[in-house]
Amino acid sequence: MKNSKIEMRKPHGKLILKAIIKDWRLYVLLLPLVLWFAVWAYKPMGGLLIAFKRFDPQYGVWGSEFKGIDNFINLVSGVNKTEFWQAFRNTFIISAYNLIFGFPVPIILALLFAEISNNFVRKFTQTATYLPHFLSEVTITGITLMLVYSGVRSSGIIASIFQQLGLLEPGVSMTQKANYFRPLYILVGIWKESGYNSIVYYAAIMGISPSLYEALKVDGGNKFQEIRFVTFPGMAPTLIIMIIMRIGNMLTIGYERVLLLYNANIYVTADVLSTFEQRIGILSGNYGTGAAVSLFNSLIAFALVIGANTISRNISETSLW
Amino acid sequence: MERLDKSEKIFKVCSYTLVIVFALLALYPILYAFSVSISGKVAYESGQIVLLPKDVTLQAYDMVLHDKGFWIAYTNTLFYTVMGTAWSMAISLTGAYALQKTKLLFRRQFNFLLVFTMWFSAGMIPLYLNYKNLGVDNRWGMVIAFGVQAYNIILLRNYFSSIPREIEEAAIVDGANEFQLFGKVYIPMSTASIATVTLFYAISRWNGYYWSRMLLSDPYEQPLQVYLRQLIENYQKLYDESPVNLTYSADSLAYAIIICSIIPVLVIYPYIQKYFAKGVNMGGVKG
Repeated sequence: MKNSKIEMRKPHGKLILKAIIKDWRLYVLLLPLVLWFAVWAYKPMGGLLIAFKRFDPQYGVWGSEFKGIDNFINLVSGVNKTEFWQAFRNTFIISAYNLIFGFPVPIILALLFAEISNNFVRKFTQTATYLPHFLSEVTITGITLMLVYSGVRSSGIIASIFQQLGLLEPGVSMTQKANYFRPLYILVGIWKESGYNSIVYYAAIMGISPSLYEALKVDGGNKFQEIRFVTFPGMAPTLIIMIIMRIGNMLTIGYERVLLLYNANIYVTADVLSTFEQRIGILSGNYGTGAAVSLFNSLIAFALVIGANTISRNISETSLW
Repeated sequence: MERLDKSEKIFKVCSYTLVIVFALLALYPILYAFSVSISGKVAYESGQIVLLPKDVTLQAYDMVLHDKGFWIAYTNTLFYTVMGTAWSMAISLTGAYALQKTKLLFRRQFNFLLVFTMWFSAGMIPLYLNYKNLGVDNRWGMVIAFGVQAYNIILLRNYFSSIPREIEEAAIVDGANEFQLFGKVYIPMSTASIATVTLFYAISRWNGYYWSRMLLSDPYEQPLQVYLRQLIENYQKLYDESPVNLTYSADSLAYAIIICSIIPVLVIYPYIQKYFAKGVNMGGVKG
């Protein structure tokens, strides 16, 4: 390595000060970023301490009294234990569905886009499928709720179709029935994000050398062998990175969407850790218990990223770090 | 013309069909929403609207556009988007520039701390208490406390570090200091990347909902998304309270509200297209 020499004599003490004074302009440029992350990202991490405290607004995060792991014990076996375990289970089930049904769609889309040789058709279909990504969660869920509601005067078009097929009793709204929530949530996610998520796979496919395809053709391979032996290995690094990121975000993504789509009647299938955390923490003011859920959530998410990254580094030599 | 064998032909036909079906499905809810928003009450409530509008009327839009709250929320969102994007960009650009300088002390540590925030977050409750504690419950608070994203900074940093050293060295020989290097060499050479990240920030500001709803105490400071959500929750009541007999249905009103809120995004969307595909592929997300 070229820089190893420089790094070996790391400056310390007075030397650091001297270097900073010499390049003070550079540190002035860095300062806003450091301050922003210190105040808005790292300082709240200290606030996680209230997970171990009895939060008293009068004394704040730092002044409140330590209570050990009371909040956690309360969570898993106290008054809210049914709700907590229900949210815990739902979080994993919804994430798993998302991984199984949602994750492959953008990959398939990218494979299909790569086949479209007509420029106009490709531009049009890409433009159309990326669009929902840029609309807000409120807009997308708003349209969705309108399409599936059942009312006195009229019903949304999807609800009407279900009623005509005899799958839904008239007057009953799909949004009030627990068994519709998960499919609805997954489909909304596919609608909103799969086009946009296909971009990165499409780029990976475009980056594969054409000579590999030609070589396979000379050997008499057909289209399906081509995908199996050239395209997939070619996009494998991208795929692995995306899986790691997806698993790492498993517990955190999409709570805004849940919040906008669910209601008190369907908590049994719809309530997830983040929405539970919002209700118990912010809405009911149980900050200590809420922060216990926060810490729990953040730690599992972090462990998932590290786990996925380690596994992928060992089996495929592709990793985030 | 290259020759295709049988399996390739089948695959091509299937690809065209599926991709077109998927694209139409993605657009359909939006087109349908638009059609209902301009259709008459009788046609809609008897289930005649499937794709195209019927008995066209613009009265639902008339009602939305005469709603004072709607315009207040719209103006607020313009404020949040313009000021918020400027704030986010100022911090991201200067920070990204500094983070890619090899002579920056503790560069690896700073970069690690940046990437770390992508994988570990304090969580909702500590964030909420922090915002409350520091008085984030008004317009300027929302601008300052939100919208700086590690991912975007990494995109900019990676782009800056791909600028050839020779150019920088030439400028240094001419006597340029760090401020001048940043403003007169790096910024002008990165306009495409800057445009991409600006658009990412602007869209996320325009679409922001959750924290505005949780934190803003004054209803006159609410952004459009919060107002839109309240209308979607209450449009039936709003419709029923109207004194005159309306020629459009309650749902038309709700769809008209939704369409009004997405028009700006739809208008700039064709122009931003070329930027964002590039942005996604701009440099890996490595720490």
